[in-house]
Amino acid sequence: MELKESIAIHLNGDVRHVTVGITLADMLHDLGLDPRKVAVERNLEIVPRGTFDEVRVEEGDRLEIVHFVGGG
Amino acid sequence: MTLQQDIKADTWTVAGRTFSSRLIVGTGKYKSLEENAAAVEASGAEIVTVAVRRVNISDPNQPRLTDFIDPNKITYLPNTAGCFNAEEAIRTLRLAREAGGWNLVKLEVLGEAKTLYPDMRETLRATETLVKEGFEPMVYCVDDPIAAKQLEEAGAVAIMPLGAPIGSGLGIQNRVTIRLIVEGAGVPVLVDAGVGTASDAAQAMELGCDGVLMNTAIAEAREPVLMAHAMKAAVEAGRLAYLAGRMQKRRYADPSSPLAGLI
Repeated sequence: MELKESIAIHLNGDVRHVTVGITLADMLHDLGLDPRKVAVERNLEIVPRGTFDEVRVEEGDRLEIVHFVGGG
Repeated sequence: MTLQQDIKADTWTVAGRTFSSRLIVGTGKYKSLEENAAAVEASGAEIVTVAVRRVNISDPNQPRLTDFIDPNKITYLPNTAGCFNAEEAIRTLRLAREAGGWNLVKLEVLGEAKTLYPDMRETLRATETLVKEGFEPMVYCVDDPIAAKQLEEAGAVAIMPLGAPIGSGLGIQNRVTIRLIVEGAGVPVLVDAGVGTASDAAQAMELGCDGVLMNTAIAEAREPVLMAHAMKAAVEAGRLAYLAGRMQKRRYADPSSPLAGLI
């Protein structure tokens, strides 16, 4: 049996566990989010949408995934 | 050109983008996204303000604003409402730019929760940084002609003074300062906040503003879609009255019918 290790990250303020080495694109897919409709900040830096396939989530990362909602 | 064509050609331009509608509406506080979309449609607005918030990770499939108001047809103006310092506002707008892919944004840095008055020191600081980073900020501010000038010098693409506190519906409290800002500005001026009903919107336009931004006045009306119609008409009426040039006020009566030929 293949052992999939997981790492802890902070996602939108909550601790979550994700697979070691997962890319942002795969993580968004697993969360059911359309990468074209969100923006991602990783450790206070913007992650350009074009790099979601390359960026791998690391232990302790602080990720913010945001989108547009109604507002004044 | 006919008068009708003249009226149609009366557009305004902000940061190189030209719009016919002078009404910008918010997308908060509506009972439903359906009602929100219907109100935007009725208002004729070509720009809506939107907020940037965390995605609900546990329920990613809940209805989204973009499913009801098409960002390809209506310009989304990301707003920093809820930010109380320059850093929070800048961080929010960097994310907004990445989510939306454009530089035109609304900057709003608040000073305190009770009045939601803008913190002008932080607002000016944020404007300077945003402009350096290539943003085109339309800036919510106090109704102070000097602050407005400073924002324009810092690179604000539009000056958006409050008419009264956000969400108060009290109407334009200081017509003198709004007029002074309009007269001194080289960029569009829009009254942002404080409009309560149609006459307030018309008044802003009669003072020479390029537009009006509102949310609560429509969203919290008993019939939001009807009020959106009213606001569209009011903004247009106020604009036309401004262009037409109002009569001078007199201290006493002046009869409209000729005095000659009275029986």
